Parts: sequence; structure tokens; C-alpha cells
Amino acid sequence: MRRLLYLLPVLVLGVLALFFMKGLEMDPHEIPSVLLNTPAPAINLAALPGHDHGLTTDDLKGRVSVVDIFGSWCVSCAQEHPTLLAIKETGIVPIYGIDWRDDPVKGAEWLKKNGDPYERVGLDPAPGHASVDFGVTGAPESFIVDKGGIIRWKHIGPITPEVWETELLPKIRELQK
Amino acid sequence: MIAEIGHFALILALAVALVQASVPLIGAQRGNAAWMGLAGPAAVAQFLCVGIAFAALMHAYVTSDFSVLNVAQNSHSLKPMLYKVAGLWGNHEGSLLLWITILAVFGLALTAFGGNLPPGLKARALAVQAMIAVGFLLFILFTSNPFLRLDPPPMDGNGLNPMLQDPGLAFHPPFLYLGYVGFSMAFSFAIAALIEGRVDAAWARWVRPWTLAAWLFLTCGIALGSWWAYYTLGWGGWWYWDPVENASFMPWLAGTALLHSAVVVEKRDALKSWTILLAIVAFGFSLLGTFLVRSGVLTSVHAFATDPARGAFILLLLLAVLGGSFTLYAVRAPSLKLGGLFAPLSREGALLFNNVLMATGAGTVLLGTLYPLIADALNLGKVSVGAPFFNSVFLPLMAPMVVAMAIGPLLSWKRGDLAGVLGRLKFALAAAVAGAAAVWVAQGGSAGPWWAAAGMGLALWLLLGTLTELAERVRLFRLPLGQSLQRASHLPRSAWGMTLAHGGLALVIAGMTASSAWKSESVQNQKLGETVTVAGYAFTLTAVNAVKGPNYDAQQAVFQVSKDGRPFAEMRPEKRIFIMPPRPATDAAIRGTLLGDVYAVLGDQAGDGVWVTRLYFNPMVPWMWAGAALMVLGGLVSLSDRRHRIGAPARARAAAAAAAAKA
Repeated sequence: MRRLLYLLPVLVLGVLALFFMKGLEMDPHEIPSVLLNTPAPAINLAALPGHDHGLTTDDLKGRVSVVDIFGSWCVSCAQEHPTLLAIKETGIVPIYGIDWRDDPVKGAEWLKKNGDPYERVGLDPAPGHASVDFGVTGAPESFIVDKGGIIRWKHIGPITPEVWETELLPKIRELQK
Repeated sequence: MIAEIGHFALILALAVALVQASVPLIGAQRGNAAWMGLAGPAAVAQFLCVGIAFAALMHAYVTSDFSVLNVAQNSHSLKPMLYKVAGLWGNHEGSLLLWITILAVFGLALTAFGGNLPPGLKARALAVQAMIAVGFLLFILFTSNPFLRLDPPPMDGNGLNPMLQDPGLAFHPPFLYLGYVGFSMAFSFAIAALIEGRVDAAWARWVRPWTLAAWLFLTCGIALGSWWAYYTLGWGGWWYWDPVENASFMPWLAGTALLHSAVVVEKRDALKSWTILLAIVAFGFSLLGTFLVRSGVLTSVHAFATDPARGAFILLLLLAVLGGSFTLYAVRAPSLKLGGLFAPLSREGALLFNNVLMATGAGTVLLGTLYPLIADALNLGKVSVGAPFFNSVFLPLMAPMVVAMAIGPLLSWKRGDLAGVLGRLKFALAAAVAGAAAVWVAQGGSAGPWWAAAGMGLALWLLLGTLTELAERVRLFRLPLGQSLQRASHLPRSAWGMTLAHGGLALVIAGMTASSAWKSESVQNQKLGETVTVAGYAFTLTAVNAVKGPNYDAQQAVFQVSKDGRPFAEMRPEKRIFIMPPRPATDAAIRGTLLGDVYAVLGDQAGDGVWVTRLYFNPMVPWMWAGAALMVLGGLVSLSDRRHRIGAPARARAAAAAAAAKA
């Protein structure tokens, strides 16, 4: 019995070795986009203070839309904000916001201060399950949802004018046909 | 030409290592003194060869010889000299050469300082060192040659990642590797002892200084890395439980456990097979870290450029080294003579208790680090394991360890008197409870996290417990002060080392607790002239200027910071854009006070005269650095102990002394 105990380290190493060998074949950087081409999750999010509407799944049906995950705490969200405002000006596509893991008062103040590019905003307070159902890995992140309420595209990181021109706009035009 | 000399020297080093790994080992087995004696000169030759290779690559970096691919990829002529030098180890191939160089330096040191070692043990230990060198030299020569040429040479290099161009990080890898590779000494001694089938107090006395040296370098390396993350990543965090951080933390935990269990072997001739196992595991974790960082099996912020061939090679190396030594352990360790017995409540018992907690801690860190890989391999999905796991599993393991750390040193060997010790610690206990209560009240009860009070109480307990032990030793207040001071000056340096290191950990715990619990931060779009107040410090953004550095352009914000209406400091955080490669980097402005760091970061421009700014107050963070410095100082003081300098006595004398101590 005591001898078995001394064998334990080499046995543990053996098991770890199997995993390492498997690990060398896999790519940990690859994040699955399992949620693409599936219906947007059912949500019913409350409105921010001073706003009339929250955000529900029904809002995402009937026309192509962009769902943008943001938060007043998120620095890169401030970076993409001017681009979102410019997109709103063009009137090409409605942008719906999900204020993720945020304090409602701070979120509302942030929109008041920086301008509000969103058609409607829903509050997804911490721990932020509604956004996680969308497949969010961080903020900012944006989804293109088609007329039938199906998620068709996901962009990770801030939307810059280049991203809008080259990545999102062509996709939206195609879906709007 | 010089690069080719370097390449050739590495091949020569491999040949020397092959000889050093085999001949002395056979000599030791057969009792052939001449063959055993070859180990020393071979280690010197090994050092010379590797040293020449290292110097050749350094020459290429210092003179910006862009015909060498490695230099062209990682250096740039405009870089300040410090970062040209540091560029050598800022990449996979160069850092591997540094690894091998340090290994050769340790081999040389063993030859130079190991004059009083029994020839058999010395020959075997040096042979094991050479086996490790063979593995790594094959690795560098076949998969990661740093001396490849580039024809035609480019006009200028690609530059070093700007995040790495920082004094803290320039010295972080060498210290880390001195720690990692330093554990190879304890490992080599452990394997040599298993081959010999003998572990005794003299063995432990030879192993301890090497372990101590490795431990203090690793402590220093981890602290430097953490400090770097704190002031360059611009979030005010200092530890992220990132796989690569964990890779350096696991050998530290195992090494710390080894350091303490070796004491038990030396003083009491007990815990032998456990100590041998820890020596193997500590170095095993160092190798594992090397594998994780360079193979790409885990995602991490600081992974090197990864390559499956390299990953496969280093995995093979890891399995050969650890598989071989664990098998040898399984065969030989059961026959090691059992040493002195002890009661559970004794100094040995306390050290063992801490050892078990520390090893369990290292195991949980290992599990958390590898879990994403395991889950992915078993098709359980992609997961990431972050701070919540480690905080809720690792920290509760460490709390009882800290409690025992104050008690252990006061217990006597063999059989301790817990009631008596607790009696002597009653002041520390009362103060720790009072301190925790005061913290609880000061933070407004449950308005702050409950663990803040617990953490501060533990830190206070450890600090006062450590000081109590010191006071006991010098019989403070029981003898006249002069006599106590005289006693203090005669204490062995290893005792001072322990006091400093344990006290240092108390400061580290206090700093970690406070900075995690009561950090204040504010992120906003700030207009020129606007004032934002964080934790009582009013930051007025007065200007944002363009400034030019040696190899970057920067936006520099000027904050006038005042506290309670009185000017406190002018702070100038920068947002830098490096010229080559063109990448942004943040340079936080930090002003330390005794109570914490005032910390400001400049973000992007958000409009005309408006910038994103991040302002923090990080309570007691300087305590962490001071504590880490104390721990390193404690290691140094202990290393300078007379016992280590005059060398270990002959085995027979040690045995006689041990017998006398037992009698």
C-alpha cells in the first residue's frame, strides 16, 4: 500500500501528459460562434431611468437591426460611441443597446453626457445573464440581427468607421435585400 | 562570423554536456575517482561554451546586427541600449539561451563551491545537471536556433513589443529564470541522493543554500513582474491569475515548501522522501511553466510566439525528466531510512502542516490553470478560469497556513507545548482580533467586504507573532535592554532571515487585502480644466501635450492633484505610440504615499478638449512591494548565515551531532 503511494506522482504525470498531448492539437484561441444563425435569445429588459422603453425580443423582429452591448464602465465603449452616433444619423439601421452589468443611474447619465445613439436601451444588471445568452465575451460587442430575429453576425471590440464600412455595412445591406 | 561562432559553441556545449552526463555517473557507480573527477572540468567547459554563445548573441544585439534573424525580429536601432540588451531575452529563442546560460552558471557554481561535497554526490549531481542541459541544448539547436542568418539583411529591425520596453520587465526574466533554473540544483541533488539511496542531514545542508538562492531570485522575479503589470497595464491590478503568472507561482509555492521541509531534514533527519519529492516537483513546475508558455496549449497575455513542433519537443523533455525522476522516486524512495519521529504538535508538525497546505495550494493553482485545457480536451466546452475560482479555493487554504506560521516557530522540536505557545501569543491574538474589529468598524461594517477585516487581522497576527518569536529569542523585557540587544546581535542570521521573510509576508498580505478591498476608481471623459475627485484626491486636468521620447511619440496629460485643498502633486501620465512597431502603450503616473498609491492613466481623446481618464486610489499597494523586498532581504540574510559560508561539515560529524541532539 505504501509503495502505491510512491507511485502516485508518476501516475498523475501520466494523466496530465495525455491532456497535454491532446492540448497540442487544439487551438485555445478559437472561440466558437455557436450562437450565429440561431434566434436571438428571449429577453425582456427594463428601461433605464428617464427612458420610456426597455428592450424585448419582439423589438428585434421585423427589420434588420444591430444590438450593441455597452456599459458606462467600459472604456472602449466610449471610443466607439461617436461612430454609433454617426450611424444613427444615416438612418440605415436601428441600433439597440444593452447596458451590460451596469448601474442604471450611471448608464442613463453616461448616455445623457455622451449622446444616445440607441433606438431602445435595455438594462442587463450584473451578473448580466441576458447578454451572456447572446454569447457576449466582453464589451463592446455588437450583433447583427435579421428581420426574423436571427443572429447573423457578431463583432468583438469597438466599432470604428473602418469596421462599419468594410465589415458591418455590407452585411446589413445584404440582409436588408 | 560571430553568430556562427555562437552556433558552433552551442554544438560544442552539447558534446561536453553528453560527456558530463555520462562519464561521471558511471564513475560514481564504479567508484572510479578519475571518471568522477571529470564532472568539475566538464562543468567549467560547459560554462565556457554556453558563455561564448551567449556573448555572441549579445554582441549581435548590442551592435544591432540585423543579418541575424532573431535580432532583426526583436530589436531596432533606435532602441535605448538597455532594451537592446533586454531584447535578447524578450523572445523565445533568446530567452531559451538565457535559460541554458543560467543552467551552466549554476553548474559552474556547484563546481566552485562544492569542494567539501563527497565526490560521488558531486559527480552525480553534476551529471544530472548535464542531462537537463542536453535536453535544452537539443531543444534550442533543433527547434529554436537564435543564430539563423537573414539574407539580405533588412535596413532595420522590427522592434521589441513596447509593453516590454520597461526597466521592470528588462530584469524580470533573468530573475525568474535564476529562480526556475535554480531549482534544478535541488532537483539534481535529489536525483543524486535517490541514485545513492541516501538522504541525511548533511545532504539537506548542502541543498538548502541552493534552494534558498533559487527561492529569493524567484520571489524577486515574481514581484518585478507584478510591479510591471501594476504600472504598465494601466488598470491598477497587480495579479491576474493568468496562466503564465500561475506558471511562476507554482514553483514558488513548491520551492517555499521545499525550503521549509529541508530544514526538518537538516535538523531532525525526518520528512526525507517528502523533501525529495518536493525538490522534484519544484523543478517540475519550472519545466511545466516553460512548456505552458511556449507551447500554446493555453491562452495567456504573455505567451511567446507558439509553434506545435516546439510544444511537442518540450512536452517530450518534460515527460522524460519528470517521468524518469518520478519512476526513480517510486522505486527508491520507499527504501529511504525513516528518520526521527515527532508528535503532531511540534515544530516539525507545524512545518509539515504548512507544507501540506502549500502543496495543496500549488495543486489547486495547477488545476485551475489546466482546467480550460482539460475541459476542452473532454469536450466540456471552452471555459476560462479566473480570479473567482482562485480566490474562493486558494485563499481559504492559505488562511490556516498564515495562522500556523505565527505558531510554528515558537513550538519546540519533537514535541511542542501548544498551550504554552498560545499563552505567549495572547498579546498578538488580542491585537489581531482588535485590529480586525477596528477595520470592520472603519469600513462601515458590511459596507466593505467581510474578508477585508479577516485579511488585515491575519496580517497583524502574523506580524506580531513573528515579532513575539524574535522577542522571545532575545528575552526582550525580561533581561535588561542592553543584554537583549546583545542577544539579538548574536542570533544566527538564518533566524533573522526567517523573521524578515515572515514579517515581509505579513506586509504583503496587508497590502493585497487593502488594495483589493478598498480600491477607489473613476473612469470618465474629462474636459480640460475639469476636476474629478477620487478618494479625497482632486485631479484637475490642466493640459494634454504632445511629447517625444527616444522611440515613441506620446500624449502627456498634466494633472494638478490636491488633497483637502492643499496641492499634493503634479502627475503626468502618458499614452505612448511607439514608432517601431507602431503600437500604443500606457504609462501610468503613480505617486506613492504610506497609505496607498495615487494612480492616473490617460486614455483616448474623446472629443475636442475631452479625454478618457482613469483615476485610482490603490490603498497600501506600496506595502506589498516593501513586503516582497523584505522577503528577498530575509532570503539574502539567511543565505549569508555562517553555516553556509563555512560549508557543511563532514557527514560523520553531522551524524555525531545529530545523535547528540537526539540524546
